[in-house]
Amino acid sequence: MSSAEPGLSVDDSIAAHAELPLWRSFVRWETALLVALVAALLFGSQTKQFMTATNFFYIGINIGEIAIMALPLTLIVISGEIDLSVASMLGLSSTLLGYLFRSGWPIGLAMVAVLVVGALGGALNGLLVTKVGLPSIAVTIGTLTLFRGLAEVILGAKSVTGFPASLVKIGVVPLPHTRIAYSIGIFCVLAIVVGVVLQATATGRSIYAIGLQSEAAHFAGIRVKRIKFRLYVVSGITCAFAGILWTFRFATSRYDAGTGLELNVVAIVLFGGVSIFGGRGTIVGVALAAAVMACLQQALTLRNVDGQVRNIVTGVLLLVSVVVPNIATALSRLKARAARRRRPVTVSFAP
Amino acid sequence: MNVLTAPVATQAGRGRRSADLLRARELGIVLVLAVVFGLTTIKNPGFASRASVRQLLSGASLVALLGVGQTLVVVTRNVDLSVGSVLGLSAYLVGKLFVSHPHVPIVAAFAAGIGVGLVVGAINGLITTATRVPSLVVTLAMLYIVRGVDARIVHGKQIDPTSIPRSYQSVGFRTVFGVVPWLTIIVMAVVLVVGYCMRTFRSGRDLYAIGSNPEAAALAGVPSGRRVFWAFVVSGGLAGLAGALFLSQFATVSAVAGVGYELNVIAAVVVGGVAIFGGSGTVYGAALGALLLNTINQALVAAKVSAFWNQAVAGALLLLAISFDRWLSLRLQRIESKRGERRVLR
Amino acid sequence: MPLLELRGATKSFGAVHALIDGSVSLLAGEAHALLGENGAGKSTLVKILAGVHQLDGGELAIGGVHMRLNGTAASQAAGVSVIYQEPTLFPDLTVAENIFMGRQPLRRGRRIDRAEMRRRAGEVFTRLGVRIDPDRPARGLSVADQQIVEIAKALSVNARVIVMDEPTAALTSVEVERLFEVIRTLRSERAAVLFISHRLDEVFAICQRVTIMRDGRFVRSAPIEDLTIDDVIRSMVGRDLAAMYPKTTSLTGTVVLDVAHLTREGVFADVSFQVRRGEIVALAGLVGAGRSEIARAVFGIDRRDAGTVTVDGRALPNGSPVAAMQAGVGFVPEDRRLQGLVMDLGIDRNIALTSLTRLRRRGFVRSSAEQALAADWAVRLQLRYGRLKSPVSTLSGGNQQKVVLAKWLARQPAVIIVDEPTRGIDVGTKAEVHRLLDDLVSQGVGVLMISSELPEVLGMADRVLVVHEGRLTADIPREQADEATIMRAATGQQMDPAA
Repeated sequence: MSSAEPGLSVDDSIAAHAELPLWRSFVRWETALLVALVAALLFGSQTKQFMTATNFFYIGINIGEIAIMALPLTLIVISGEIDLSVASMLGLSSTLLGYLFRSGWPIGLAMVAVLVVGALGGALNGLLVTKVGLPSIAVTIGTLTLFRGLAEVILGAKSVTGFPASLVKIGVVPLPHTRIAYSIGIFCVLAIVVGVVLQATATGRSIYAIGLQSEAAHFAGIRVKRIKFRLYVVSGITCAFAGILWTFRFATSRYDAGTGLELNVVAIVLFGGVSIFGGRGTIVGVALAAAVMACLQQALTLRNVDGQVRNIVTGVLLLVSVVVPNIATALSRLKARAARRRRPVTVSFAP
Repeated sequence: MNVLTAPVATQAGRGRRSADLLRARELGIVLVLAVVFGLTTIKNPGFASRASVRQLLSGASLVALLGVGQTLVVVTRNVDLSVGSVLGLSAYLVGKLFVSHPHVPIVAAFAAGIGVGLVVGAINGLITTATRVPSLVVTLAMLYIVRGVDARIVHGKQIDPTSIPRSYQSVGFRTVFGVVPWLTIIVMAVVLVVGYCMRTFRSGRDLYAIGSNPEAAALAGVPSGRRVFWAFVVSGGLAGLAGALFLSQFATVSAVAGVGYELNVIAAVVVGGVAIFGGSGTVYGAALGALLLNTINQALVAAKVSAFWNQAVAGALLLLAISFDRWLSLRLQRIESKRGERRVLR
Repeated sequence: MPLLELRGATKSFGAVHALIDGSVSLLAGEAHALLGENGAGKSTLVKILAGVHQLDGGELAIGGVHMRLNGTAASQAAGVSVIYQEPTLFPDLTVAENIFMGRQPLRRGRRIDRAEMRRRAGEVFTRLGVRIDPDRPARGLSVADQQIVEIAKALSVNARVIVMDEPTAALTSVEVERLFEVIRTLRSERAAVLFISHRLDEVFAICQRVTIMRDGRFVRSAPIEDLTIDDVIRSMVGRDLAAMYPKTTSLTGTVVLDVAHLTREGVFADVSFQVRRGEIVALAGLVGAGRSEIARAVFGIDRRDAGTVTVDGRALPNGSPVAAMQAGVGFVPEDRRLQGLVMDLGIDRNIALTSLTRLRRRGFVRSSAEQALAADWAVRLQLRYGRLKSPVSTLSGGNQQKVVLAKWLARQPAVIIVDEPTRGIDVGTKAEVHRLLDDLVSQGVGVLMISSELPEVLGMADRVLVVHEGRLTADIPREQADEATIMRAATGQQMDPAA
C-alpha cells in the first residue's frame, strides 16, 4: 500500500528490532550438524564393519558425485534460484561420454566435449532464467526432463563399457597413499575453492546480496543477471564433470545414470543450512550435511535397508531441515489464527 | 511498478481481445492436437484406428486426472510433486486390500485409494500453509518419503492380475463403442465436475484470487490458508483415485508404479495453459494438455520415431510452453502501453 | 452533523511523531481536500482511517458514533474505502470478479450468478458514468481504469467515505476529467470524498472544502472559495524556514554532470541540466513528477530512450549502473529499505558492497578490510550502532541512511545523486545529513538532490530545478528561490523559467 508519503512506514521509524546476527544463527545450525554427524556415526558403529577404513572409503565414494554437484547448487540457492536439472545433466553427460567413446573418440577429447555440453546445458538454464525471465523452478523442471530425454535418445536402452582401466580404477581404489576415494578428494578441493569464493571474494559477497535483496544489489552496481547466468553455467559444467566421475566409477554409461539423485543433492544443500529463500548458507554446512547423509545412508545399507526406503530418511531430513527454522513462525501463526477466530474484527464502540 | 500494465484507452473491444486470447489457449491446443493427429494419420493410417484412438485416450487419462488436482494447486502459486508417489502407494494398497479381502466391494476399494491420497494431501497442505516452507520443497520431500514408504510396504513383491477381481479390472479396460475407455469417461466426469466447481463456486474463485494477487486476496478477506490446504487435499485425493484406477488399468503394481509421473503432469498442466505463477488456467486445459502430450508421444511411435524421444519432447514442450506464455504476456504489455495515451506527459 | 470526524489525533512510531494534532471533518456530499507537504502527516492520517494503524490519542466518529477501527476489515465495515495510488486488483480475473471477490452474488445452490454479477457491475459503472466491460480481464487496464474499478469496489460495499490518495498522479487530462465526473456522482449520492493531492489547480476545481496540515498538525480548514492558491501554499509551508541548514557558500567549479535531452517515453522528456563541482542542485516538484525516474535514468538503473549523460566529459553508456559508478557517480535511492540497503546484511557488508572490487587484494576480499572501511566511515558520519556486524535492520532510520551514504562516499564519487536524503529521519540526524552534504560540496563533489521538502530544498540548494509532469519548468538560483515560486512551478502555474 503506497501513499503520498511512502517513506514513512512503521518499521522505518521504530528503532531496533530483536537482533539476531547472521553468524549466530549459522553457528547454531552447524553445531546441530556436528551433533547429527556424531549421532550418525554412533548409529552406524552399532554395525560391526562400520568403523573401518574400507567402510569410510565406501561412504565417501557413494556420496562423492552428489556432494560435488551440491557445491554449485549451494551458490545458486544462495542467489535465490534453484536448479533441479543437476542429476539429469549427470545422466546426459554420462551417456554422451559413452557414446563418444564408443564412436572412437579419444577419451580425453570426449571428456572435454562432455564438459562443453554441460556448459551449454547450464547456459540454457541461465538464459531462460535471466534473459527470458522465467521462474527457475519451472525452467529446471523442464530441463530436467529435457536432459534426461536427450540422454535416452543418445544411448537408448544400451550401455557402454570398456573404458580405459586407468580411469575406471577411481571406482575401486582410493587416492594413492590414502584411503580416500578419488571423488571425495576432488570434492574436498572443490569445496575449499567454492568456500573461499563464497566467503572471501567480491563475487561471493555479491551472491549473498543478490539472494537477500536482488534489487538493492542491482542498485549497488552488482551485475545480478550476469552472475546468475554464470552460476548456471558453472553448475552445468560441474554436473557434467560429476557425470564423468560417475561413469568411470561404475565403469558403465547408461541413460538412467543418476535418476532421482536431484533429491539427494537438494536435500544436502537445504539440510546444510542454506535457506531456500536465498541469502544464507555456508559450504561448511553443506559439507557437514553431506557427511551426515552419507554416514546415515551407509549405516542403513549395512543393515540391509532397501534403497528406496533410505529415501524416507532423506525426505524426512529434508523436511526437518526446512520446517524446523520455521517452527517458531508456524506456531505463532497458528496461534494468531486461533485468536483471530475467537475475537471478531469489528468496529468497537468506545464511550 | 504496477502488476497490471500501464495506459490503455477504455474500449470494450480491446478488453474482449485479451479475454479471447486467454480462452484461445484451449482452442489452440485442440488445434495442435488436430494437426498432429492429422499429420500422423497421413503418414500412418493405422493411427486413426479404433485401437489406436483407444490407446491415445487411455494413455492420457491418468495424467489428465492428476492434472486436475495439480491445476488446483498450481493456480494458487504452489506445486505438488508428490502425486506420482501417492499414485503408486495407493495402487499398491488397494491391491493389497484385494489380496487380503477378495470380496471387498469396488466402491470401497476406490474409497480406500482416495483415502490414502487424502491423508498425504492433508500433510502437504498442513505443512505448506502452517509454515512458510515453499510447497516445492515440502512436496519434493513427500515424494521421496511416500515412495520410500511404498517401497517398504511392497518389499520387492508385486501385485499381479490374479489377485484383482475381474469386475474391478473391467473399469480399466472396458470401453464404449470400442473407442472410449470407461477410464476416460470417469476422468472426464471428474474434469467436468471440478472445472464447474472452480468456475461457479466462491471457493473456486478464491483459488484464482490467491494465485493472482495474494496481498489483494488477503485484503479481500479470502481465507487463503484454508483454501490452499484443501487444494492440496483434493490433489492428493485425486492422486489416490488415480492410483486405484492405475490398479484397475494395469492390474500389476510394483514399487515403481507412478515413478516420474509428476513431471509429466506438470508438463501437461503448463502446456495446457495453467500459468506456473498461478492465477489462471483451467482443468479443461490441463486435461487437453495431457491428451496432447500423450498424442505426440504416440505419434512419434507411429511415425517410426523411436520411443526414446518421449521425454526429451516433453521437456522441450514444457520449456517452449512457458517461454511462449512469457513472450505472450510481455508482448501484450508492450502493445498495451504503446497504444493508449501517455502516462504523464500531456 | 459531519459524516466523519477526526479530532486531536496523535500517532507516534518510536521516536517519530507522525501525528501531533490531526483533525479533519467530512460532510456528506462533499469533496474535501487534505493538503500538506511531505511529512505533514497526511499518509498517517489516511492509514488510521483505513484501519492500518490505530490512534494513540484523539477520537474518531463516523456517522456520529465514536469508533475505534482495529483493522482494515473494521474500517470497511464502517463504510470507509481507501483508493491507493497502487490499486490492488487481480490481473487474471475479470473486472466484475474483481469488484465482487468474496461477495459474488449467488443463485440457488450457492452458485455464483455471473449474469447478476455482470449486471450489478454494469450498474455501478453506469452510476459512475463510465464504460468498462465487466467481463474483460483486469490485466491491461490503464491506471485510470484500475482506479475506477477500485471506486466501483467501494461503491459496491456502500462506502460512505471514499479516500483518494494522489489519484491523479498517473492520469492524462481526459482521465482526470472523467475522475472528476465520478467524484461529482459520488457527491450527488451523499458520499464524502477525501481528496489528497498536491495538484492545487485540481483541488480548486473539484473540492468544496480544504484541510491543511503541517508537521503533523492541523493548520486550518476552510471552504475553498475563501482561499487563494497563495493562501494555501503559505499555510502548507509556513514561515519556519529552518535556520538549521548550514549553508556555507562554496566556489562552484567545472561541470561534472551534464545531462542533455534526457527522455524516457511516457515518463519524462527533454530534460537537460548541469551539475557543477561544489554545488547542490535540487530537483523539486510534486510527487509523481518524474524526478526519481530522471535520477534513475541518469544513473543507469532504467534505460533512457533518448539523450545523453556525461560525467567529467565521458559519456555514459545506456542502462549501466556499473559504468556510472566507475565514472564516479553515486546514487542514494529513494527507498532505502528495498533499494538502498540489504536489510539482513551487516553494517560492514552494506558499506563495503559498492567497494568490493576496490577492496580486492590479489583477488580476495578480506573481512578485516571491510570492517576497517566501515569503521572509518562510521566514525566520520557519527554512526550510532551496536556492532559493525549487526544487520542494518537493527538501526534507526537516520542511521540506516547514514550507512547508505557511507556506502557511496566510500567510493569518493565526483557527483552524488541523493533521492529524498532525509525522508523518515528524526530531526537530529536530518541536521547531520545536511551538514554532511554541505561538507561534501565544500570538498568539490557535485550533489544532485531530489527532495519533496521545501525547507530542505530552500535551505540546501544552490540552484533549484523544478520538474512538472516530466519536464523541467524552472531553473531558479538560490537567491530567487522561495516556496511560492517553487510551488507555482511545480503545480504548473504560469511563470517565467529561470528569471
